[in-house]
Amino acid sequence: MSATLPPDFDPILLANAKAKGKRPWFFEDPNVERVMGIAMAIAMEHAVTRQRLDALERVLERKGLMSREELDAFAPGPEAEAERTRWMKAYIARVLRIIQQEADAAKPERRELDRSMPEIMEELRHS
Amino acid sequence: MSIRETPPSWSHVGRHAMFPQAAHDDVARFDFLANLNGYLSATVLPRVREAWESRVRPRFEREHGRPPADRHEVRKAMAGDPVYQTWSALRRNSMEMRQQVGRALVLGQLPALIEKAHAANDGAPTLKLDPTVTPPRYADAVDIHCMPGGYHGALCDDDVSNGANYDAGIFATTGGMLGRYNDGGGQALAQWLRETRPDFRPRRILDIGCTIGHNIVPVALAYPEAEVIAVDTAAPMLRYGHARARALGANNITFVQANGESLPWPDGYFDLITTAMFWHETSSRAMPAILAEIHRLLAPGGLTVHLEQPQYAGMDPYEQFIRDWDAYNNNEPFWSEMHDYDLKAKMIEAGFDPGSYFETKMRGVVDRAIFPEADGGSEDYGRAPIWTAFGASK
Repeated sequence: MSATLPPDFDPILLANAKAKGKRPWFFEDPNVERVMGIAMAIAMEHAVTRQRLDALERVLERKGLMSREELDAFAPGPEAEAERTRWMKAYIARVLRIIQQEADAAKPERRELDRSMPEIMEELRHS
Repeated sequence: MSIRETPPSWSHVGRHAMFPQAAHDDVARFDFLANLNGYLSATVLPRVREAWESRVRPRFEREHGRPPADRHEVRKAMAGDPVYQTWSALRRNSMEMRQQVGRALVLGQLPALIEKAHAANDGAPTLKLDPTVTPPRYADAVDIHCMPGGYHGALCDDDVSNGANYDAGIFATTGGMLGRYNDGGGQALAQWLRETRPDFRPRRILDIGCTIGHNIVPVALAYPEAEVIAVDTAAPMLRYGHARARALGANNITFVQANGESLPWPDGYFDLITTAMFWHETSSRAMPAILAEIHRLLAPGGLTVHLEQPQYAGMDPYEQFIRDWDAYNNNEPFWSEMHDYDLKAKMIEAGFDPGSYFETKMRGVVDRAIFPEADGGSEDYGRAPIWTAFGASK
């Protein structure tokens, strides 16, 4: 006998089902907890990736294709170093995008970054 | 770092034939969660107590001119403390993540799990489901310990997903302290029976509220001659539990869908009646009704014994408050009330002789395959390897 699932069975959404019973929120601002929930899920998935990388290294080492010592002692040449540094810089900027944008908008000379839509609507209505 | 702070990897979980298949990333997710829980209990929780001692309690005492009278006053005073808020928010989140990870693991392979259950269950006289048994209110009002769908929920016909999810997650939530097969409670009970009653040979054993049967399997294996009956109201748990017991070689258990408040066996039918981590998931009406049923079903000379978390009596209000966290924040609505009960009085009300009542501590049997060194008695609130056991003989 083979099992049949309902046609609307979506394992991804069902995995996230909420338990019956009101959720307690602990911080005065629930947004803090929302962000924390997302950050902890990313932390978990980051740990999964790191563990997978570690497994990969160990499998390659076991097969004699590389050694982790070699990996730990890895010294890039000048070109590779520059590429890696550029990547790191771009990565950090990407992660902290919102902070940069908020700070830029606060500069007096960049006031145009922070004009509200109603303000611009009003201006365009008269121009 | 001590052994206690590094839980064993989930890769050591006992994989019986009914257990869900898991790959590298599933293991890594459970390992993350076990270590997150370990961090929260070993590193953050002591700081919650420090916040209580150093600022919340002094403020309470200044304002009221007295120490807090009970755990409820501690809870209200602590609600605004940032360290408590952070610990709580992370802990709640960790419970929710644990459910998500277990469900994601299981739901992706649900047809295969259902087919495995069919292979073990179909036509077996040792699985007796009864669709007229409805979920009792205490098991239906909320999804207990935040398991979406609860014990009874079914996503499709013949669903076993929450049984598999429950089985897969316990190892991570308890940091492996219940052993590879999450059966530390049942192992402890079997060992205690062997040590304290070496000549006891129960003919018939009943386990009430068995869920996936993880705690009755070691008892059934310890008494292979006994006829063992495990009851629960939830069919998804029983389907999974029956197939699981078969996979572990416990062939003398019959899993029966029935409500413990009214069971279909004659007076004096059982020599041993057990529960494990059951009472705190019942209700103030169901508990005495089930205890009275146990008294009725027990044979003269029979024994009943129950594993539970410790009662609150004698604990300081802060400790009660921390132990009560699950009641409010992990969907355990009867936990708080139940842990205030005078259990001896409840047993006497149910008909047991006061002189036969006993209460003891039962230590979990340490699974040496995953814990080379015994744990030094640390209690992680709500999931400790040391239980209170109470019971009586008739």
